Amino acid sequence: MSASATAGNLPRPKSKVGSMEQQRRMALWGSYIALTIFVIIFLVPPFYMIVTSLKTSAEISAQAGNPWIVKNPTFDNYWELMTNAAFQRYFINSVWVTAVTVTLSMTIAILAAFSLSRMGFKGSQVLSTGVFLTYLVPPSLLFIPLFQILGWLGLINSTWALVLLFPTLAVPFCTWIMIGYFSSIPKELDEAALIDGASYPQILVQIFIPVAMPGIIAATIFAFTVAWGAFLYPLAYLYSADQATLTVGIVRELIKGDVFAWGMIMAACAMAAAPPIIIYTFLMDYYIAGLTAGATKG
Amino acid sequence: MADGSTMVVGAAPATSPAPRQGSSMKQLARRRSMAALVLCAPLILLIVCLKIYPTFYAVFLSMLDRRMNNFVGFDNFAFMLSRPSFQLVIFQSVLFAVTAVILKAFLGFVLAHLMHNIRGRHERVWRGLLLVPWVIPLSLSTLTWWWLFDPSYSAFNWTLGMMGFDEIPFLGTVWNARFSVIAVNVWFGAPFFMIMYLAALKSVPEQLYEAASIDGATAVQRLFFITIPMMRNIILITVLYSLIVTFADFDIVRILTNGGPQDGTHLFATYAFVVGIQSGNIPRGATVSLFMFPILAALAFFVLRDVMKRNKEMA
Repeated sequence: MSASATAGNLPRPKSKVGSMEQQRRMALWGSYIALTIFVIIFLVPPFYMIVTSLKTSAEISAQAGNPWIVKNPTFDNYWELMTNAAFQRYFINSVWVTAVTVTLSMTIAILAAFSLSRMGFKGSQVLSTGVFLTYLVPPSLLFIPLFQILGWLGLINSTWALVLLFPTLAVPFCTWIMIGYFSSIPKELDEAALIDGASYPQILVQIFIPVAMPGIIAATIFAFTVAWGAFLYPLAYLYSADQATLTVGIVRELIKGDVFAWGMIMAACAMAAAPPIIIYTFLMDYYIAGLTAGATKG
Repeated sequence: MADGSTMVVGAAPATSPAPRQGSSMKQLARRRSMAALVLCAPLILLIVCLKIYPTFYAVFLSMLDRRMNNFVGFDNFAFMLSRPSFQLVIFQSVLFAVTAVILKAFLGFVLAHLMHNIRGRHERVWRGLLLVPWVIPLSLSTLTWWWLFDPSYSAFNWTLGMMGFDEIPFLGTVWNARFSVIAVNVWFGAPFFMIMYLAALKSVPEQLYEAASIDGATAVQRLFFITIPMMRNIILITVLYSLIVTFADFDIVRILTNGGPQDGTHLFATYAFVVGIQSGNIPRGATVSLFMFPILAALAFFVLRDVMKRNKEMA
């Protein structure tokens, strides 16, 4: 940086140091105020979701007074949903589809990332690039040919269809994250282990997985998010209520005709949104580190 | 890239592998690459069977007639392009993606700067609160937005009424609905931009700003001559990636408007769903989806190029 270029244009007398400090404090408070406004705007829908979920149908349809507050808060909507067999079904479906998706995706991703970052074979570079490209393929591009393919396999209207398809959405990015974390492990580590007579499975299980745990957590959260929040595939391939996952169950089955039980719908949304919110509350840092690895490096 | 300073693992001290006899080395290498291929087999299988094959199959499907037993070449594409309702889909998809991404990028940039300004004080709490829109499954938050926009119970309209304004039919007219759909997408996507930009901001060396202040640079000059050039690559990658995702968006339009009013808000994905799955015209549905392909491929090419460039710079 050359000091001569612009210094002449903007003289800054030393006596102004105090006002600079003041300026800085102003900027800080300005940021706090602006952030508060943004947070309030961002939280309007979730807030309204919870407010509505605590109202009775009578209070909602009365249309009297301020819709943003609850006069007689009640947990009836939540209670009713928890004892509702259909809703339990959606929850169980979501849980099992998500659990299998996460396990399957992480297994595939870890094995592939280990191989691509450490062992290598002819064309492994092409495969890495290909993995990244498939991450850029959105679910809505291929859902119609996949509908036909699921038809051949007899998986239409079965949650197995989701177990088969969700990994295609999760694995590319999980592999990408894991390649990043694995290649940041110094090569000397596994070379030393190899010399000591460790086999590749041993190196993977005893060195790579423990060391890359933050990456594994990040990738797991990604796979979880994909499976838990997916809407298009379950909507397209599962048509009966007993196979529906939470998203589709709430959007399609709880809204029947014009009789909107909004209190209950919002309670269902809140309960379905709770698991991701809980997970992010505790593990957000890992996820963000994994997500922004490319942005912070260098 | 290989930053091993934080790794704490009890392993034998590093020594370079002792060279063995040539032939057994080669054998070892071959066995190793064989094992590597086996470990990648599930991934390759997944990509080939459920990504590459369906892509080609989609092209094949799009060239069939409705009953799927006659080959019609590119007739479906020509037919779709000639239909005003599909031309509207193209227009709306481009409008939606471009407007939403510009707004998200701008809002994310502002938010990242605000977060950067507070210098990590309670950063986790602020960030956590700002990330809520992005954490709730999109289909469920869209449902809440729908309820907020409800024609007769809208809480927004109640508030507007209280402040003495007229009610707005948020989803009632074509342009209002387009605006609402974009607003929901911006609300959902801006936090993602915020995290990416915040990470990029943090990686800009502080000395550059110090040097600039000494040179007497104004805040605007610092923004345009330091911050933006330093973040250029991340801004590009994030915008391109978000263009892909936004362009192919499905959930918001499906739930909020289902394409209405007067088919004014359909995107490629929602239109393909209506045509292909709901009306059961598989070839036409595949055709609609495939119209996205060239645009997505072009965007993906640029993302890949920028990511590779960035990786090379960091290596």
